[in-house]
Amino acid sequence: MAEFLTKSRARNVFYGGSIFFVVIFIAMTVQSHRYVVETSTAGMALSEEVILGKHVWERHSCINCHSLHGEGAYFAPELGNVMTRWGVQDESELAYEVLDGWMNAQPSGIEGRRQMPFFELTEEEMRGLAEFLRWADQTDTQGWPPNDAG
Amino acid sequence: MKYQSQKVALAYIVCAVALFGIQVLGGLLAGWIYVSPNFLSEILPFNIVRMIHTNALIVWLLLGFFGAAYFLIPEEAEREIYSVKLAYLQLIILVVGTLGAVGSYLVGIHGGREFLEQPLWVKFGILVAALIFLFNVSMTVLAGKKTAITNVLLLGLWLLSLLWVFAFINPDNLSLDKMYWWFVVHLWVEATWELVMAAILAFLLLKLTGVDREVVEKWLYVIVATALFSGILGTGHHFYWIGLPGYWQWVGSIFSTFEVIPFFLMMSFAFVMVWKGRKNHPNKAALLWSLGSSTVAFFGAGVWGFLHTLHGVNFYSHGTQITAAHGHLAFYGAYVALNLAVFTYAMPMLRGREPYNQVLNMASFWLMTGGMAFMTFVLTFAGTIQTHMQRVLGEYYMDVQDGLALFYMMRFGAGAAVVIGALLFIYSILVVRKREVITPGAANPVPGE
Repeated sequence: MAEFLTKSRARNVFYGGSIFFVVIFIAMTVQSHRYVVETSTAGMALSEEVILGKHVWERHSCINCHSLHGEGAYFAPELGNVMTRWGVQDESELAYEVLDGWMNAQPSGIEGRRQMPFFELTEEEMRGLAEFLRWADQTDTQGWPPNDAG
Repeated sequence: MKYQSQKVALAYIVCAVALFGIQVLGGLLAGWIYVSPNFLSEILPFNIVRMIHTNALIVWLLLGFFGAAYFLIPEEAEREIYSVKLAYLQLIILVVGTLGAVGSYLVGIHGGREFLEQPLWVKFGILVAALIFLFNVSMTVLAGKKTAITNVLLLGLWLLSLLWVFAFINPDNLSLDKMYWWFVVHLWVEATWELVMAAILAFLLLKLTGVDREVVEKWLYVIVATALFSGILGTGHHFYWIGLPGYWQWVGSIFSTFEVIPFFLMMSFAFVMVWKGRKNHPNKAALLWSLGSSTVAFFGAGVWGFLHTLHGVNFYSHGTQITAAHGHLAFYGAYVALNLAVFTYAMPMLRGREPYNQVLNMASFWLMTGGMAFMTFVLTFAGTIQTHMQRVLGEYYMDVQDGLALFYMMRFGAGAAVVIGALLFIYSILVVRKREVITPGAANPVPGE
């Protein structure tokens, strides 16, 4: 192997092979991008409300306690399917009311229980957040999570 | 130290270890909040603590890489750094940006994409600093000798800086957001950072073992080839459940399985080089960290990564404490320990003296490594129970978490050991003692010589 695999051969394999895999990866990314827009997230419109909700989600760094589609911190429950878990995925108004009620009851202050901070949101922001979570919930995530517990 | 401009690395290392201290203390606090959830809950909620923990880690590792590059590139290129002033300017931008980010997190100003929470001006600062760096080191290398080590190191640093562009791209569509987010996160730690790691490891082994450069550099190309061949399409193991096509389950499973190979090769490479090497380098602590880094990286990134990478397993384990276990040991082995290896190797030279505090430094290795291993084990047990109760039996998240309290207590204890180890390490490289704690013995004679 020593004679066959010289340094320059190893280098050429490295550069050539890497370019090959980058090209394949880019092609698959383009296809995946289309699939997301046209298929997996197409079940519900990406409305202004949903986008506002995503910004609310980001501004308050929810991801650093919760997970969303399994990504994030593992300190608090998964929220990619929270609207299904609450049984309000198909009812926009009800989703808002339940979320509003839950978030305004935080922090619980119960001793020995993880505390969620209180976030001061306007009604518009709270509605947006509820729509964003419904939008995330309707995404086709290949059947994940395995059950409603998330 | 052959070149005056290598001295720049000293400032980088000092800033890096200061942030390392902040990072582990943040981690300890987060670990305590798991044990006692009401602690500081109104003043400093968990999400803020976690941002400080993860962001401080990323920035100090990058500072360490930059410092390592400024240290080794003059030796490899056989000339002074193009501009020392630019190197210091870059450091100032990064430190100001980091302090600015931590300050804004504390007052509640931050983004919401995990690990990329930095305010926009800090993100631009990082971009500018990276460009200054690339210009500076590229000019140095172009004018000097080009070796495989500098080629691979620069390629890794160029690519990781280019990928930073995706930190600015945040689509409104959550699934697209997640897909492009991984272009930074995965293609950093499971592709481009591996190039940087392999190059630095090759440099250290070259210096510490005295093995022929041709051999080291050939291995280096083989290792980084396996890293990119597996790591690029291995990105697919993050694309299983975020709204992307189902074929990623197969592509991700197959290619991310191969991601074990570069880590296995790096570990074998390190041990074989030491075996073949004839040099009895006095800096034993640097050698320990180099071997330790490649070994723990193999277990943390390789073995613990493979543990939950197959899509049939990941369907149940995704986003549980299993992920946390893997994340901690992988980062510690691959990137923390490697940086500490460079610091240990470079500091005596940067300060113009013999390697000192070798015993304390080596003790800190075992304390930190033992602590991280223990933490990984308890989180793996916690994650296994969580996966079964929550994902298989369908019990609710918080009920399951309450059942894991014992593991979180043990994790806190493990974290405390890591923090003590980290502080001991910082003491051992920054504070010079007159004598070693234990006097070294005479070198053992080699049988048959």
